[in-house]
Amino acid sequence: MQMQPDLLQEARRQAEICNACRYCEGYCSVFPALHAERAFADGDLTQLANLCHNCRGCYYACQYTAPHEFDLNLPQALANIRQDSWEELAFPRAAGKAFQKNGALIALVTVLGFALLFWAARALASVGGEGFYAVLSHNAMVAIFLPAFLFPLVSIGVSLRRYWRHVGAGPLRPGQVLAALRSAAQMKNLKGGHGDGCNFEDEDRCTHARRAVHQAVMYGFLLCFAATSVATVMHYVFGMPAPYGLFSVPKLLGIAGGLLLTVGCVEMIRLKLRADRHLGAVRAFGGELAFIGLLGFVAFSGLALYALGQTPAMPILLVLHLGAVLAFFLLTPFTKMAHGFYRLAALTVDAQRKG
Amino acid sequence: MTSDSPDIAIIGGGNAALCAAITAAEAGARVLILETAPKPYRGGNSRHTRNFRCMHHGPLGPLVDSYTEEEYLADLMKVTGGKTDEGLARLAIRSSEECLPWMQDHGVRFQPSLSGTLSLARTNAFFLGGGKSLVNAYYRTAERLGVQVEYEAAVTHLDLDDDRVTRIDYTQNGKSHSIAPKSVVVASGGFQADTDWLARAWGPAAKNFLIRGTPYNRGVVLADLLDQGIEQVGDPTQCHAVAIDGRAPKFDGGIVTRLDCVPFSIVVNKDAQRFYDEGEDVWPKRYAIWGRLVAAQPDQVGYVIIDAKSLELFMPSVFPPIKADTLEELADKMGLPADALVQTVAEFNNSCGDTSQFHPTELDGVSTTGLNPPKTNWARPITEPPFYGYSLRTGVTFTYLGLKVDGRAQCAIGNRPVRNLWAAGETMAGSILGQGYLAGFGMTIGTVFGRIAGKEAAAHANAT
Ligand SMILES: Cc1cc2nc3c(=O)[nH]c(=O)nc-3n(C[C@H](O)[C@H](O)[C@H](O)COP(=O)(O)OP(=O)(O)OC[C@H]3O[C@@H](n4cnc5c(N)ncnc54)[C@H](O)[C@@H]3O)c2cc1C
Ligand code: SF4
Ligand code: SF4
Repeated sequence: MQMQPDLLQEARRQAEICNACRYCEGYCSVFPALHAERAFADGDLTQLANLCHNCRGCYYACQYTAPHEFDLNLPQALANIRQDSWEELAFPRAAGKAFQKNGALIALVTVLGFALLFWAARALASVGGEGFYAVLSHNAMVAIFLPAFLFPLVSIGVSLRRYWRHVGAGPLRPGQVLAALRSAAQMKNLKGGHGDGCNFEDEDRCTHARRAVHQAVMYGFLLCFAATSVATVMHYVFGMPAPYGLFSVPKLLGIAGGLLLTVGCVEMIRLKLRADRHLGAVRAFGGELAFIGLLGFVAFSGLALYALGQTPAMPILLVLHLGAVLAFFLLTPFTKMAHGFYRLAALTVDAQRKG
Repeated sequence: MTSDSPDIAIIGGGNAALCAAITAAEAGARVLILETAPKPYRGGNSRHTRNFRCMHHGPLGPLVDSYTEEEYLADLMKVTGGKTDEGLARLAIRSSEECLPWMQDHGVRFQPSLSGTLSLARTNAFFLGGGKSLVNAYYRTAERLGVQVEYEAAVTHLDLDDDRVTRIDYTQNGKSHSIAPKSVVVASGGFQADTDWLARAWGPAAKNFLIRGTPYNRGVVLADLLDQGIEQVGDPTQCHAVAIDGRAPKFDGGIVTRLDCVPFSIVVNKDAQRFYDEGEDVWPKRYAIWGRLVAAQPDQVGYVIIDAKSLELFMPSVFPPIKADTLEELADKMGLPADALVQTVAEFNNSCGDTSQFHPTELDGVSTTGLNPPKTNWARPITEPPFYGYSLRTGVTFTYLGLKVDGRAQCAIGNRPVRNLWAAGETMAGSILGQGYLAGFGMTIGTVFGRIAGKEAAAHANAT
């Protein structure tokens, strides 16, 4: 693994200053982990970076930020390492390098997704299917989406194994994963050590905006995912194919999730545009925005499909929605979406180290 | 003279100034803060702090157990050798308890005692994020209360008419301004950043001192007021100084430049000669003495030498040590005479005895025999390569000379109070502390007297 030496060196320099200072100890789990070390190997820095959720509290609190000659900007240094680690640990690596910071490429893949679905709708249009399946047969959908769903899982599995080895973690125990899941579910760290939230919109002012928006995105996503899973079970186990009525479980989950996710993505983009970019990974800004845009579009087109499913607009909406979903699935290991998996891994390793 | 003068002008932008400004604004006064630093460097030495010392009956915020007035006072008397104004000290101590919730109400957040500082968990409340986040929180609160803040506004002169301040002159962006507020609070710190003044007070050696905190506390207002006969207090020749890493920047190096390795080392001067017992006591009780010891050596510099077995016994510091496989090479890298260093280490090693009782965090009595000066604790021979070295210089924290105030934080001229002039923080700390220093007491003085000054200044302004 070849992480960028200049980024590592800069993060190491800053970590050593923090280790002599310790004023930020109470903000998040990065600092106690940092203060437990005396020297920082590449793997240590990667683990610290993935523990950081870029709340920026430690930047505004720091007496050594520029123009001071020590030039501390820990949120940025760690964001750069985090970004670099996601690119380097990706499987295949070239895909990580290509997409993480490149919004245009993400958009291109999305368009390709649309195109593929258009072609499929034309070439594989089903005879005698109803509703959505009149546009694309159920079997064609499965043929496209099953691999598109399995591939990211395999890819992320490989990446997490690489992560585990890179940070030098020990054998995994279920308790550690539970501790990590609990902390992620509440987004405990996003409250900041004081419970006042992040410093995202207006310099050192703390608010809960980012936590709220992130919760909306995460729970919105999980609800949509649950909707799809329930529908799959209804289809295969109970022989109840789509479409479903408004008060069915998949629809209720899907509508709630879609709304949360759409609003969450729009607000997240607004927050990011307001925040100071130089406290994050500047290079990856375009890639992050494009990814959130894609996620928001998946949700929004899904809602549109619910609303206009009985109208002549349905076929085109379906193709757009499925194309976006396809791009989203395929890109999951190579975009900001991957951060959730790495963060869980980092929290698990942290739980392991705390014993 | 401008017509839109505020009710109250506060000179300075650190902890004391902000506590005064917030208190006065809450009392309904129109308040202006004049801070000479640019915004990124606002907050003086307060931006470098980490805790304040607080009396408490029972657990309070992050503080455990209790810390009584008598114990607090006794701690203070010990470090000042009795050179303490007991009345004002008791006032500060007693008021500190109500300060903690007040600070929380005005945006300050606390955290448990930092790793490596467990001994302070009962007496000192640590600010989450340190002093700069405290300062940030206070600026937010002050601005919400309508306090006007002017940065890069350097106060140059206060005009006195008998027992009243009639005018404040300041410059900002090359322009001169004058205002005539009803009340004035001085909270502009000591004079330690003016190294010419330090050199006049201490001698030319002071030119080689490093200043641990802000470059903006140059004592301009202090000198201006003392010249006009405002009552002074505190030894004008003294400053609080500690031994810090010699590679620290001239100003603003702050906490990370401290070095805790002296007890496990030998310290030599530039001739590679030892000059004091490195193991006299635990480091927190000795780092201030070492500021003076180093100041008395040629070129005001010392060199700490340790070996591999001691490297991990102390908190890491900001610069990595100089490292070498032999003492000769280390001497070379540090610019010390190699033969002399080898000989000094050999003499030291030969006088070390049984080290089996060595204990890094306690006075272990592992000492040298027949060595002058002796090392009375933690004396282990320096034998295990690689060898490591740090340079030591004198780092000034603050100066003692200040404005004399009474229990209402009011300044005096002759034997009368100045009717509309109050002082808070470092600039009047000499009224309480004659010498020495107790960790966390600086912020206590600033918070307590800042609030008193703000209240009195507002009462005066509201009455006129
Ligand atoms: C590295 C370091 C660590 C410390 N740690 C602690 C600690 O943990 N706990 C503790 O209690 N104490 C600590 N102290 C001491 C503490 O910093 C001071 O006691 C305290 O900050 C004094 O507050 P103040 O408001 O009086 O002065 P300062 O915070 O220094 O503020 C003085 C202000 O006046 C401004 N000023 C100066 N001249 C002018 C002028 N002519 N016109 C306008 N403005 C002017 C300055 O820019 C500054 O904003 C530490 C000191 C240092 C250097
Ligand atoms: S970010 Fe700054 S204030 Fe916080 S621990 Fe690091 S050096 Fe200290
Ligand atoms: S940005 Fe926030 S999460 Fe990251 S290290 Fe700083 S305080 Fe911790």
